[in-house]
Amino acid sequence: MVRGKAVLVALALILLAAATAWAAGQKLWSVQVKQGQVRATPSFLGRVVATLSYADPVTVVEEKEAWRRVARPQGPALGWMHVSALSSKRIVLRAGAEDVKQAAATGEVALAGKGFNKQVEDAYRARNRNLDYADVDRMEQWVVSPEQMERFVKEGELAEAGGRP
Amino acid sequence: MSMATRRFAWAIGSLGAAAGFIFLVSLPFLLSGCETLDTAAEIGANVAVQTGTLKPAEANLLKTSVTAMSRSFKEITPEQEHYIGRAVGATLLGQYRPYYEPRLTAYLNLVGQTLAQSSDLPETYDGYHFMVLDTDEINAFAAPGGLIFVSRGLLKCCRNEESLAAVLAHEIGHVELRHGLMAIQNARLTEALTTIGMETAKTYGGEQLASLTRNFEGSISDIVKTLVVNGYSQGQEFEADQAALVILGRVGYPPAGLLDMLGEMKSRLKPGRLDFAKTHPSPEARMVEVQKQVGRPGPVRSHPARQVRFDEAMKSV
Repeated sequence: MVRGKAVLVALALILLAAATAWAAGQKLWSVQVKQGQVRATPSFLGRVVATLSYADPVTVVEEKEAWRRVARPQGPALGWMHVSALSSKRIVLRAGAEDVKQAAATGEVALAGKGFNKQVEDAYRARNRNLDYADVDRMEQWVVSPEQMERFVKEGELAEAGGRP
Repeated sequence: MSMATRRFAWAIGSLGAAAGFIFLVSLPFLLSGCETLDTAAEIGANVAVQTGTLKPAEANLLKTSVTAMSRSFKEITPEQEHYIGRAVGATLLGQYRPYYEPRLTAYLNLVGQTLAQSSDLPETYDGYHFMVLDTDEINAFAAPGGLIFVSRGLLKCCRNEESLAAVLAHEIGHVELRHGLMAIQNARLTEALTTIGMETAKTYGGEQLASLTRNFEGSISDIVKTLVVNGYSQGQEFEADQAALVILGRVGYPPAGLLDMLGEMKSRLKPGRLDFAKTHPSPEARMVEVQKQVGRPGPVRSHPARQVRFDEAMKSV
């Protein structure tokens, strides 16, 4: 019985290696931010041409410094995203039992909405009185538009923001 | 999911009994940090091989999965980091009043977000946001995920946009280097990550929720205590200054801004207060470290257009 298991594990490992090699040409990345902005050029001042959602899978078709030109799987190139918006793990939105097992065993899967999430935040808020979430919400609503930033950068003769050179 | 990975997952499942053995062997070490845990798994697996309970291939598989379980803050996803940051922010704002002056807030966010986009971590789950705290303490806090707070007292140490940029870049450095998450005790993380790894239901049941909330609460308390009372290590502060210099350089601000601000802080800090006087290395020590990197660039010659908008926005400080 034990010997049978060992053979099975060896077989599974060989199959996994093969699958990985096959997938190497089409490596999938996941959007790991709430709103994944895709830009026409590899720069934060580039026009936003698409917005992807959290956990959306993409393939990388071109690399330029810290920027990745991305496409939907089997789709045409959409535009550029900064590498920090992408995870090499597969992010699973509605995790099933196998996803959870895989996440624990391989570390190649991340579970969206798991762990420290809205439900835990609510429970935490119910237990602690001296918290000010209203001002945190207000703070998060402060957004600087690309136009405002472009004006700010030009006026102050600053370098165009582009992330890691 | 591919056929191969499905079989792989199934194979792992079929090792249940053997895994239980290793788990029991390593259980006493579960709460004592990664290295011990790895060692325990290693020993447990080796013993199991020697006694014939496991084949070497199976043992290796188990060592790998236990290592994955004991990984630290790096396993926290940006989404979870976001909830941690919000709770840290909400706790700080329970202690400090926010200072809302629309022009100042807008300016702070312009400088800050421009800098953040040139950091090594420009994209976080919900982006960077900056807020002024209504206190004369000389203080600033960076919550994980990019919520950054600066006191009016610290703003008064800035005489120009170049110095303000240095303050914000230092805080962005802490976010980028994930110093906040590193303040969480490893035992809490291991326990939380284990709970996450065992639960398949869409929402957490009573026991899991209670356990996660307890660990969440503890994690927030670890971070806030570090930010407000104990401070980061001296090494981490110097690292954040180094990160700041990199960010400032990329955006086109001179490193002199950081030295100018530290010089002004030196004359304003009052020993014994529960602010940067307690939580940070002395401005002199930081200046020495910064000067090792950039020499003595002399005083800031502020750019005229920057000075105009700085003076305008800072009127209310």
